[in-house]
Amino acid sequence: MYDAGKVIIGLVIFFCFFTFAFWYNMGKAAPAPKPKLDTPVIKKMVKKQCIEGTHFMRTTHMQLLNHLRDQALRQGNRWYTNKRGEKVWISLQNTCLKCHSNKKEFCDKCHNYVGVDPYCWDCHFDPNRSKL
Amino acid sequence: MGLIVSLGAVLAIVVVAWIGGQVPGLQGLFGIVVPYVAFVTFLFGFMYKVVNWARSPVPFRIPTTGGQEFSLPWIKWSKLDNPSTTAGVVGRMALEILLFRSLFRNTRAEHRSGWLIYGPSKWLWLAALGFHYAFFTIAIRHLRLFTQPIPGLIEAIDKIDGMFQIGAPPIYITDVVFILAVGFLFCRRLFLPKVRYISLPADYFPLFLLLAIGTTGILMRFFFRVDIVNVKALAMGLASFHPVIPEGIGAIFFIHITLVSSLFAYFPFSKLMHMGGVFMSPTRNLANNSRMKMHINPWRTPPKFHTYEEYEEKYRDLMKDAGIPLERE
Repeated sequence: MYDAGKVIIGLVIFFCFFTFAFWYNMGKAAPAPKPKLDTPVIKKMVKKQCIEGTHFMRTTHMQLLNHLRDQALRQGNRWYTNKRGEKVWISLQNTCLKCHSNKKEFCDKCHNYVGVDPYCWDCHFDPNRSKL
Repeated sequence: MGLIVSLGAVLAIVVVAWIGGQVPGLQGLFGIVVPYVAFVTFLFGFMYKVVNWARSPVPFRIPTTGGQEFSLPWIKWSKLDNPSTTAGVVGRMALEILLFRSLFRNTRAEHRSGWLIYGPSKWLWLAALGFHYAFFTIAIRHLRLFTQPIPGLIEAIDKIDGMFQIGAPPIYITDVVFILAVGFLFCRRLFLPKVRYISLPADYFPLFLLLAIGTTGILMRFFFRVDIVNVKALAMGLASFHPVIPEGIGAIFFIHITLVSSLFAYFPFSKLMHMGGVFMSPTRNLANNSRMKMHINPWRTPPKFHTYEEYEEKYRDLMKDAGIPLERE
């Protein structure tokens, strides 16, 4: 091999760069988070259900919240009719956080895990931990 | 023809992954085995190719240059385009790798009212640069799914990329640039007759593959949502060698990861190897110092001479008999 020194240095950089995730995670256990549902309000519920189904909420809640934000604030309509036909008052702090009063144990768990930093809290605050 | 073959190949990958991702027993194949095999193929195939290139001798300097070489003090020397020092070569390589300088020199010849006019043509350079930086950023961004805790730099890149905060989840700038740039590179092959004429399946296939990867990624993010927490659990399983297949990951995810695996596996055997090749390119990485240094051919062995003296010694008697004059009696 010609210029072996330079080529090997280059290949070592290549190898380390592309295997970054493997050696960065070495010896660290990172189990997927389980958001907690043991708030007082949820405990009292007879039928434990969110405004939509669990799978839909897990995958699509951000799109729903964004849509509801537009509906409530831009069209002034604060009533959302869900797939079960129930009417829900659109309000992050008064509806969502009424049941999910544990933002740190619920919202933040998954958001931190997947590196998402939603801008909900640029305007809203967590009424249960008034940090204003 | 090449167009249809390539499109067919990419669609076949999509269909296979789509069906495979829905069969519970095959999810392990498409979510774990195929990605690992593809990644190992990429890593070792890449290094094999580079080592193979490094074994080929480059006996002399190949100064295909875009500027005046170093000569006399009163002739202006183009230090970056025709370097004669290592520092100059580093500069030239940096400009080539980071800014695609040789593509920037692209010109276009046109007949205009009877004259042949050469003008600058920067679109290819712009699309190529846009595509490469977008793809690089996208790849870095994806590390948020492969690392825990997520390094701050990766989170920062992710945040800057989504800084317009359009919709939820926010649209990434790089997604838009990626699709536009690859779309341009594809349309260029399709609609410019001269480029189309020289295009092969090996040119179309990577473009279709990249378009399919981008499209499935965008579809997954905005339309056919999957549970990102489970996706990260799968990715973390791969990165920590404890692979798992969590429940409820949609078919779109398996299509996406199979397409990416195809890209990884295909990479070392394709034109995409220019990623390593640009560093190994003798016209870029050699200083033009032919007139300052002696460059010896590495396979050179001393040639076998048969001097006249030896010749005369060998045939002395015969020559003497034939009456041919000899230099030494």
